[in-house]
Amino acid sequence: MSTHLEQGQSVIIKPAKDEAQSREGSPWTGLWAVVAKEMADSLTSIRMLILELLIILTAAGTVYAATQTLRDNLGKEKFVFLKLFTTGHDPIPAFVGFLAFLVPLLAIALAFDAINGEFNQRTMSRVLAQPIYRDALLFGKFLGGLFTLALALTAIWLLIMGLGILGLGVPPSGEEVARSLLFLVVTVFYGGIWLALAMLFSIIFRQPATAALASIALWLFVTIFWGIIAQLVAQTFRPVQAGFPPSMLAQAQLGLALTRLSPNTLYAQATVALLNPVVRSLGFVLPMQLQGAVLGAPLPLSQSLLLIWPNLTGLMAATILLFALGYVLFQRQEIRA
Amino acid sequence: MNEIVLESRELTKQYGKFVAVDKLNLTVRQGEVFGLLGPNGAGKTTAILMMLGLTEATAGMVRVLGFDPARQPLSVKAHVGYLPDQVGFYDGLTARENINYIARLNGLPRKEASERIEAVLTQMGLSHVINQRVATFSRGMRQRLGVAEVLLKQPQLIIMDEPTLGLDPEAAREFLETIRTLKSEGITILLSSHLLYQVQAVCDRVGLFYQGKLVLEGTVPELALQVLGGAYRIHIEAKDGITGFEDTFSRLPGVVRVNRHASHQYELEAKNDLRAEAARAVVEAGGKLLSLNIETPGLDDIYARYFKQETPHVNAS
Repeated sequence: MSTHLEQGQSVIIKPAKDEAQSREGSPWTGLWAVVAKEMADSLTSIRMLILELLIILTAAGTVYAATQTLRDNLGKEKFVFLKLFTTGHDPIPAFVGFLAFLVPLLAIALAFDAINGEFNQRTMSRVLAQPIYRDALLFGKFLGGLFTLALALTAIWLLIMGLGILGLGVPPSGEEVARSLLFLVVTVFYGGIWLALAMLFSIIFRQPATAALASIALWLFVTIFWGIIAQLVAQTFRPVQAGFPPSMLAQAQLGLALTRLSPNTLYAQATVALLNPVVRSLGFVLPMQLQGAVLGAPLPLSQSLLLIWPNLTGLMAATILLFALGYVLFQRQEIRA
Repeated sequence: MNEIVLESRELTKQYGKFVAVDKLNLTVRQGEVFGLLGPNGAGKTTAILMMLGLTEATAGMVRVLGFDPARQPLSVKAHVGYLPDQVGFYDGLTARENINYIARLNGLPRKEASERIEAVLTQMGLSHVINQRVATFSRGMRQRLGVAEVLLKQPQLIIMDEPTLGLDPEAAREFLETIRTLKSEGITILLSSHLLYQVQAVCDRVGLFYQGKLVLEGTVPELALQVLGGAYRIHIEAKDGITGFEDTFSRLPGVVRVNRHASHQYELEAKNDLRAEAARAVVEAGGKLLSLNIETPGLDDIYARYFKQETPHVNAS
């Protein structure tokens, strides 16, 4: 009887729903036009040129320094090309260290005036009066930024590999190429978070400068202060009791769990696992868990990938969450200034 | 009668408690130039945004070219050109690049787009600056570029929000000329403005918008008749009448009011052109007619008179 009733109801509701909620056409109409325009704009902008130059200089400098160090023990290292990314030469830190803060900067520079810039130039109403949905504009801007980021990072990746071949005199192995390519993908995802964040702020704040400052403030908070706060919180809620070792472990674990909320930690851990195949856990390993393990033996790529899978999904989830929030706000925004 | 291009019934928009547009009923027919008049903040822009589906109506319905802007925005926006107030462009791009982006958003094929871009920019007199960056353009040139962009999609209806605001008199005159040309091509135009003279110069019909309501609608003479009582004002200078001519004039059929300004000067408000009758009346009464002038009241007078009548009433309610 009850199923019969439900069927009856759905028959009544359905046509009304179709009429009231269906929207004509695809939300992606015009998406690629927006992507092409955004990419053309960013690739020719002076803002991007400066940042790209900065990254290229960093890449060239760090890789040159790394080759100097690596050349001496060329025969002993198994993954010498991966070391290019992670080796520093005393005053100069490793390239991945630079990338962890240059990529957010690049992403923020790409998106902090994405939406409010259109309002300020008074182009928003003109663009939205064309036969496209707001979805296409917002997603197109995000994709355009992401592709630009990917393009720039790929160019730098190629530069590093080329410099490596020249400087070390050996070709990279298949696994080295695969691991460093995955590192590239993870880096683009990491940039995606900051892109989505800067875009969200560009929707919330009408002034591009405010949006840029808010993005940078959050980035500084995450980079510098979050680790400290995580430790403080862990010490407060899981105090170490003298003579009770598990309490120390509990404190460390809470601290780690909290720092993992920061995209920087997720990215750093993923980088370590990808570029250093010896890493076999991103958490804590107790001595008894290591029984039977061949220490120093590298993990196969598939196992490293399994190790960073949670980090990857975390990065993507954060990006989607931020983008969705921006999407909702943008859809509700009034077009008139 | 021509086909209805735009129709709204009881169209309402509320922001919280504030009613921006209050039960707007409007009909615009094919080939018309309709002027939406009103002071700033009267709800003109909100009404226009609802017609384009750029903001959602709280109640009521609107049909543009037979489409519902809230449910079929793509069809509406593909056939309706919109020139926003203070039109903006990407300053770093050239005129051609700016228009080309719009062509791409409209899904025009590359070859056709490039032909149409040349055509509309030439039509708007911008062919010599086609590859110049828009940053170097004057206000008038930007406005023309805006019209070029609107013409790109070969619209049936063009909606312009305050199109002559901020233009110098010469640019404004040229712009009104453009509107007349578009009308002669059979394009329907809805424009909003608070510059009465310009609206009067190009519009077939006008609607007066006040506090979200369309309070008056019709041709300018119709409104004059409605608000001023008389659509014509006749200034007469005559002398030698024994007691003046006030009675003589007020006996003429069609006269609404007679004012005596100076001893020899009279002003007649009439429903039609009474110059000949007034002249005969002066002569028959034995007077001397010194001058006779007719003035058709402009929107200025209507506007001023309307608000003089209505404002206390509106405030009270």
